Formats: sequence, structure tokens, C-alpha cells
Amino acid sequence: MYTFSNKLKIGSFVLMALGILGIAIGFISAPSTVEEAKAIVASHGDGHGDAHGAADAHAAVAADAHGEAAEAHDASHDEHVFHQLRNKPWAALYVAAFFFFMIALGVLAFYAIQRAAQAGWSPLLFRVMEGITAYLVPGGIIVFVILVLSVLHMNHLFVWMDPEVVAHDHLLQGKSGYLNPTFFLIRAAIFLGGWIFYREYSRKLSLRQDESDDNSNFKLNFRWSAAFLVFYLVSESIMSWDWIMSVDPHWFSTLFGWYVFASMFVSGITVIAMITIYLKSKGYLPDVNDSHIHDLAKFMFGISIFWTYLWFSQFMLIWYSNIPEEVTYYVTRIADYRLPFFGMVAMNFLFPVLLLMNSDYKRLNWFVVLTGIVILAGHYMDIFNMIMPSTVGDQWFIGIPEIGSILFFAGAFIFWVFRALSSAPLQPKRNPFIEESRHFHY
Amino acid sequence: MASKAIHAYYDDDDVLMLAVKKVKAAKHHIEEVYCPFPVHGLDKAMGLAPTRIAITSFLYGCVGLTVATLMMNYIMIEDWPQDIGGKPSFSYLENMPAFVPIMFELTVFFAAHLMVITFYLRSRLWPFKDAENPDPRTTDDHFLMEIDIHDNEKELRDLLLDTGAVEINIVEKNSH
Repeated sequence: MYTFSNKLKIGSFVLMALGILGIAIGFISAPSTVEEAKAIVASHGDGHGDAHGAADAHAAVAADAHGEAAEAHDASHDEHVFHQLRNKPWAALYVAAFFFFMIALGVLAFYAIQRAAQAGWSPLLFRVMEGITAYLVPGGIIVFVILVLSVLHMNHLFVWMDPEVVAHDHLLQGKSGYLNPTFFLIRAAIFLGGWIFYREYSRKLSLRQDESDDNSNFKLNFRWSAAFLVFYLVSESIMSWDWIMSVDPHWFSTLFGWYVFASMFVSGITVIAMITIYLKSKGYLPDVNDSHIHDLAKFMFGISIFWTYLWFSQFMLIWYSNIPEEVTYYVTRIADYRLPFFGMVAMNFLFPVLLLMNSDYKRLNWFVVLTGIVILAGHYMDIFNMIMPSTVGDQWFIGIPEIGSILFFAGAFIFWVFRALSSAPLQPKRNPFIEESRHFHY
Repeated sequence: MASKAIHAYYDDDDVLMLAVKKVKAAKHHIEEVYCPFPVHGLDKAMGLAPTRIAITSFLYGCVGLTVATLMMNYIMIEDWPQDIGGKPSFSYLENMPAFVPIMFELTVFFAAHLMVITFYLRSRLWPFKDAENPDPRTTDDHFLMEIDIHDNEKELRDLLLDTGAVEINIVEKNSH
């Protein structure tokens, strides 16, 4: 049995406290009037001047929002910047909330695949995965609450939720059968309900298998996992359109679901590897050997390349065809987000490819952890690049609200995951494949 | 020079693996093991040096990437620049995304093909080469372990029978 060490518990509380402080500062320092917003932008100097041309395509959408498209550009621009700055702490909160939630969801998919494939190497790691997916409940609820607050117009993350905007936007009127607040929340509730149900039920079967004297729980778990993967594939894709792609409601990409999936899958596997290495360094999981870490690192390496493949596929087609309504997505990102946009490709592709290519390095724990930290930071940037350009435009910055949100959710994640890890023995007893997993050797 | 070798036959890969470990533990040098299919971990058990094919693969990949870059630069930028989709080809860097699939494909192509060729050269394999395996059964359902005899025929025979060999033959061997 693992016991949640006091040091780690206190550490997670400190992270949460610092995070709440950062989030609060973000909300308090957000401007409450257009004049304040102008003062904030002026105090930053005029460094953003030339970026506005690129943002114009998007600005047009938001300008419509307030029904003042006919007014002088300056006034609507100030109004626009004001809304972006109002959005900033919300967007920071949402990016971090989604990022940590998606780690748990990626691990859940990985876990279901191991169950459905009846993999022999991984049962030793099942309790670690079940521990991480425990965060699905609080993480999912927090994301859902943020979505509900968006529907209640507490923020303007989703521009299509504003009836004023839809009234002036022909394209959004056409999409309103799907993109309307009620249906949006119903979908979110169904998806979260399905994921959480599978997680809780599979965990129950997994624990019950340890106490039983036949394999019926194991077989039932196998069937539920296979069925869950079908549900997950569809629901994850729609979730990525709803929760991420719709912040930019005019733009769409048909491989977006896969792209988000690759991001959550690699982040999830990385966290499994990191927590396994941490637990092993504390003397737990004695039967986990080099080969298990090696296999996880192979997945980190492979899925990083898969992510790059999808990132590039999406980018190249849109770059090549150069159709105005599609290409604005990348024009804003390259004009206003050059460093995070290309920096993330280096962090998510070049770094893991070069560091984890050598077979021997995949067995060095410190190497895997180092690469893992860069991968996680890179995929946070990935979500940042998905949400920020349409919500805060060129007013982005990784400052107190962003870092505060990361700290808060990191603390909550650590607390919940390690609490779940300490609630059951770390090694399954009666999994029929446990002997194979124990002798797993590459 | 002719020397004698002992051939021990096995009919199961797990038995073979255990036998290899026992023979190694008794400090005998295993000349070769012939298998109908690759046996996982056999190279390590036999004490063979780790393969360096992965390093050649990386180098060949780098060659492929370089060839693709130079080739596309010559074809699309230097020799015959074209205006495709409003993107005139005057700069390799600006048109790079369009060349990435080719750079990727040639990297894979070079790495894969040159690696196979390297493997053939290193294993001394070429078309129409006579088979080296001493018994056709090693292409069907038997595994054969070959050990050179240095005046220890009796000892080896006992050891191998003990490891579960199904058949043991002594052969005259002509050194290459």
C-alpha cells in the first residue's frame, strides 16, 4: 500500500494556494472599463502595432459582436482590446483546467486500450493509470463549470454564445442548430458522464478482480473497455470541436479531433511514466523494471511523432491552399504567436525525437523525466495556442494568471491522483496477466 | 583444415533458450544457432555483440534528408522555378512546407533500403547463394546448435543431452 507522503501533500496544497492567489490577481487586475484597458495597453508600449493587420480578420467577427462595425476603427478596436483583456484570466484558467483534465482523459484512453488489447506487459502499471484517471471527476467538473459560466455570459471565451454576435453573423446562424448553448451543455454532460462512468466502473471491476476466485470481472472489464473505446473515439472528437475548435467558430479542420487526441495521449503517457518513476524511486512498485519504462518511453517517442504528423498535416494543407477563411487561423498564430507556435514544435517534436531516439536512453529514468517535462510544457503550449489567439488575440502573455492557473491545477492534480493511489494496493493481485507483466523483458 | 563439430537439435525455442544459457554457463563457445524463425533474446543469451545497424540507419536517414533537400532545391528553385498557388519558387525556405513530405519520404526510403542492403552485405547474402544451414530441418521445425569439438566430445554430448536435445550428430567441418 502506498501512503501519501506529508511532504507531497503539503507541496500540493502550497501549489493550490499559490495558484488561487495568481488566479485572483489575474481577475482583479483585469480592466473593468474601456479606459482602463487603454491604459494597460499604453503602459506596455506600442509593440503590438504591426500585429493588428493580421488580427483584423478576426477582429471583424468581434466588432460585429457589439454591433458597431460601422463606427470608426479606433473605437471598436479599443472595445475589442477591452474584451480581450477581460477574457485573459478566464482563458488562462480554461487552458490550464483543460490541460490537466486532458492528461487524465488521455490516460483513460491508454488504459482502455491496454484492457481491450489484453496487453501482457502493462498490468503492473494499471493502478498508476487508475490513480491518474481519478482526476477525471474533479477535473471534468471544473471544466464543465467553466463551460456553464461561459453559457451564462460570465466571459466571452465562446463568441458564438452571444446572441448579439449570431444575429449579425450569417455563418453562425447556419451553424446554430449545432452550436447553441443548450445542445452544447447536453453534449458536454453526456461525454463527461460516459467517461466518468467507465472510469469508475472499470476501477471497481479491477479492484473486485483482486478479491474474486475466477476471471469474470476481468472479462467484463475487457468488454466494457472495448465498448468504451468506440464511445471515446466519437465523443473525444466532438468534444474537441465543441470545447476548443468552437472558440474560433468560423474556422474548422476535419482532423482536429485526432490532433487533440494525439496531444492528450502523449501527455497522458508521459505522466504515467513520470509517476511510475517517482513511485519506484520511493521504493514502491518493486516489480516494475527497465523494460516497462522503456516501453512507456517508446510510446512517448512514437506519439510525439504522431502529434507532429497531424500538426503538419493540418498546417500544410491550409498553408498550401491559402484560402482566406481557413488561413486566418495560421496567419494570426504566426503573426502574433510566433515564439509559442514554433517553440512548441521544437519542444514536442525535435526535443523528444533527438533525446529518445537512442534505445538505451529510454531506460535512463532521469532522461525520461527530463524529456517528459519538456513534452508536458510543450503540450500546454499547444492548448495555449489553440485557445488564446481567438480569445485574447495579441494581448497574450504568460504572466501571473497563466502561471497561477497552472500551479493551481497542478496542485489539484497531484493531490487527487496521489490520494487515489494511496487508496488501493499498487500492484493488482489476481490479474491473469500479472505474471507475464512481472517477467516482462525486452 | 578439417575439424569436428557437434550438432545438437532442439524442437522447441524455450528449450533451446535454456540450453544456450546452460552451454554458456559451462563456458563453451557456441559457433552458431540455426533457427526457422527469429528467437527473441537469443543474441543476448549467446553473448553476441549488440548490433550497430541502428546507427547505420540513422546515418542513412541523414543522407536521405540531405539528398531530398538538394534535389528539391535544384528541381524547384534553381532549375525550373514555378508559380504554384501564388507561391513563386524563389526561396527554398519559404516553400519548405511543400517539400517536407518529400524530405520525409526520402529519409525513410534511404534508411530502409540502405539498411537492408547493409544487412545483406554484413551477413554475406546475395541472390543464388547456396544455403549455409547444415540441415534443411532448420527451415522447418528444428533448431540446431553448433559447437566446435576440442577433444571434449563425450563431455559435450552429455551436456547437450542433458539440456533436452532431441538428436546429436558429429560432423566433419571444413573451415572456410
